[in-house]
Amino acid sequence: MTRESIQKGEVLLAVDQVSLSFGGVKAITDVSFDIRKGEIRAIIGPNGAGKTSMLNVINGFYHPQQGKITFKGQTRSKMRPSVAAAQGIARTFQNVALFKGMSTLDNIMSGRTLKMHSNFFWQCLRHGPAMDEEIRHREFVEDIIDFLEIQAIRKVPVGKLPYGLQKRVELGRALAMEPDLLLLDEPMAGMNLEEKEDMSRFIIDVNTQYGTTIALIEHDMGVVMDLSDRVVVLEYGRKLADGTPDEVKADQNVIDAYLGVAH
Amino acid sequence: MDILFKVLIDPFLQMGAMPDLFVQTIWDGFVTGVLYALIALGFVLIFKASGVFNFAQGIMVVFAGLTLVGLYEMGLPAPLALLVTLGVMFVLALAIERVVLRPLVNQPDIILFMATFGITYFLIGLGELIFGGNPKQMITDQLFLPRGAIEVKMLGGFVQFQKIDIAAAVIAVVMIVALAVFFQKTRIGRALRAVADSHKAALSVGISLNQIWVIVWFTAGIVALVTGIMWGARSDVSFGLQVIALKALPVLILGGFTSVPGAIVGGLIIGIGEKLGEFYWGPLVGGGIESWLAYCIALGFLLFRPQGLFGDKIIERI
Repeated sequence: MTRESIQKGEVLLAVDQVSLSFGGVKAITDVSFDIRKGEIRAIIGPNGAGKTSMLNVINGFYHPQQGKITFKGQTRSKMRPSVAAAQGIARTFQNVALFKGMSTLDNIMSGRTLKMHSNFFWQCLRHGPAMDEEIRHREFVEDIIDFLEIQAIRKVPVGKLPYGLQKRVELGRALAMEPDLLLLDEPMAGMNLEEKEDMSRFIIDVNTQYGTTIALIEHDMGVVMDLSDRVVVLEYGRKLADGTPDEVKADQNVIDAYLGVAH
Repeated sequence: MDILFKVLIDPFLQMGAMPDLFVQTIWDGFVTGVLYALIALGFVLIFKASGVFNFAQGIMVVFAGLTLVGLYEMGLPAPLALLVTLGVMFVLALAIERVVLRPLVNQPDIILFMATFGITYFLIGLGELIFGGNPKQMITDQLFLPRGAIEVKMLGGFVQFQKIDIAAAVIAVVMIVALAVFFQKTRIGRALRAVADSHKAALSVGISLNQIWVIVWFTAGIVALVTGIMWGARSDVSFGLQVIALKALPVLILGGFTSVPGAIVGGLIIGIGEKLGEFYWGPLVGGGIESWLAYCIALGFLLFRPQGLFGDKIIERI
């Protein structure tokens, strides 16, 4: 694997002139940017700017008509979601996509799917290598549960949890994949101030403690500017600006896009 | 008044008068119910994982049974024939995923439902082509399934238990428990439940939908094989058997399309209800109510509890 070959600060993922359309609707037009290893990269923009489409392209849900994506040195134009996951891209969703009938523990364990290799036979018997494996992964998952402070809801079916906690479980499932690149789609949408502060803390801790590279979409500008190392701004599927939070804040195009201009 | 007496009171007097017959009827119903439950289980497995109502489950039962007997007649020893049949069911699952499901992914459910009709007629044709259209005798002895009956003296009479029925009940229970453990406790089981809950989220953690579908259809194939053996042992293995798939419908309506326990309880209610109805109330209308009573029970359920006893209540945001 090329896992260790990319050093902190080098380009982990590069999006090169990607265009994506659905029939006549252009979701993304000719967008290029990169994500460097170890950074927190924000993607912002008004509603319908193509932010979520961009994440979907990166983890293989959508296949762009044009452009290339280079991840860990491998260039491709499209890939299947299971391959993206296997290569180390994990994500959360705007509208929380959890396995609602399953417990918190099982949801997070499902993030270990690709790391578990014992064969079908042992699994059916729940014995031997399968049991050892289950225990080993369970320990890893318990660490995540401790880290996210959700010990109390370990056995609760996630469908019954309040929204803020569901978002946390979803983050836990993504972390269980030990990703090289973590994509967060509006991790704080619909949260109150306290929950937002908790979530911000988790994101920073994941980034500093585990060195995970994070790309996030968020509408709360205060959060974005505080958390991220670099920000890319999209509008109507095009790239409007790219740079550090301060640069982006000062960019006239961005100010116009967010505040509107008198014509 | 006379008719009311015959409907409401007389049957229960009969039950009380001859309790041994009553127990016998319950037992017969129980065994039929177990077999219904097995068929319904095949439906539920596939419906949960892929949202497809698999009309072909009935013919899969026949096809599995025919393959087993056919291979034995071609000279394979019974245990080997059983293994090869399992292999055939696996290849069938692979083929269905590759040729039918994958090209139709993201199509409306009705399209997939119609595709299972296609699978049904394809399997009927293939089965007749290879094994001929004549009914076959299930190789009960060769598979070490018991024959004969046990008579138990109880309640002032004799109650007869067919050994094959006892075996069917035991095997069904073992299989249901094994499936439950498999679903709850293993990585693949967890992946199956994950796919049933959310395709999108399952994909994002690296679960391959294609692989899961093969596993689900193969599991349904194994259930079909067991059902084929058990049902075939009570009658013959013939293409007529596929209509039992239609009996699974009321079972599913009763139990809920998404619930494994529902399939079991629904199967038992329908099985026992049918036999009791036929035996005690059937004579009032000249018999033969066994063939339609199940649908009437299901109709009643549709009116008052459309999601079934254990099914998920579907609430959509508008």
